Amino acid sequence: MNRPDPDLDTLGPIPRGNDGPVFAEPWQAEAFALVLKLAEEERFTWPEWAAALSDEIARARAAGGPDDGGDYYERWLAALETLLARKGLVEPGDLSERKNAWAEAYARTPHGEPVRLSVDH
Amino acid sequence: MTADSEKQERADHESGHDHGHQHVPSDTALRVKALESLLVEKGLVDPAALDAFIDYYEHEVGPRNGAKVVARAWTDPEFRAWLMKDATAAVASLGYMGRQGEHLVAVENTPQTHNLVVCTLCSCYPWSVLGLPPVWYKSDAYRAKAVIDPRGTLRDFGLELGPEVEIKVWDSTAEIRYLVIPERPAGSEGLSEEALADLVSRDAMIGTAKAALGGDAAS
Repeated sequence: MNRPDPDLDTLGPIPRGNDGPVFAEPWQAEAFALVLKLAEEERFTWPEWAAALSDEIARARAAGGPDDGGDYYERWLAALETLLARKGLVEPGDLSERKNAWAEAYARTPHGEPVRLSVDH
Repeated sequence: MTADSEKQERADHESGHDHGHQHVPSDTALRVKALESLLVEKGLVDPAALDAFIDYYEHEVGPRNGAKVVARAWTDPEFRAWLMKDATAAVASLGYMGRQGEHLVAVENTPQTHNLVVCTLCSCYPWSVLGLPPVWYKSDAYRAKAVIDPRGTLRDFGLELGPEVEIKVWDSTAEIRYLVIPERPAGSEGLSEEALADLVSRDAMIGTAKAALGGDAAS
């Protein structure tokens, strides 16, 4: 009977029943565990984390990201990178350097052998 | 690093890539790997502890913990009183401990009141009793609509409440998480505590469903 408030129409449907596995990909579980472990070790407080995550979610929405929760762990990871940089625990430059090193290590390692970063000595 | 690398090696074997070289993971997966390896090197996290966390959340924590809490509350008036007064302690007595030092608050449905839990800011959730949140809990649509139009939200979930039922919406925060204690279904009088727990779905403990006889609460 009641017509929904127009604002609600812009929200789209609630993605119900789309449970799937707990984590869609292994990296999501790893990113999740990193945050819990770092908070437990008091590298940051849980309220600090919640603020960082909600800021990141709000930022992504403002930039036109998907609104169905599908990018949740992407936002989780971005918030973690931001918070660790702000805390001076992991510098963004180190992070991108290390990421490239891993990509390079994967590309050069023959299949079946453990992937290792280059060793300088 | 070695254990980590070997784990990846196993994972790559299992994914069945038959190229001459390793499949390079996605950019996102590499970012996580970079972060993890830097944090491990700095001594900020212990890789074995990370694996234990993942295993715990994937296999040991889930809505079953919460369902057992609800079933206990239905059958043990003393526990129920304790739960309503101090849910953090009552739930911890069953071995379910929050890891973020958050307080747990139990809110009880009655014929006059229905409780609905949301986190409008991000997706704070009572992990210790419900495991990880479902996808819809994290969606913008749910986070916004649950507050603006709770009755319509429940209708979206197929739950039509009479106009006489007041709906209370609880907005979770980093400090406080909520667990809905649904009404015990009529006709469940003779059931054991274990059988009662099977009637309690995850959604019933968020408030988007009711506990029901014969319902599939296994999720």
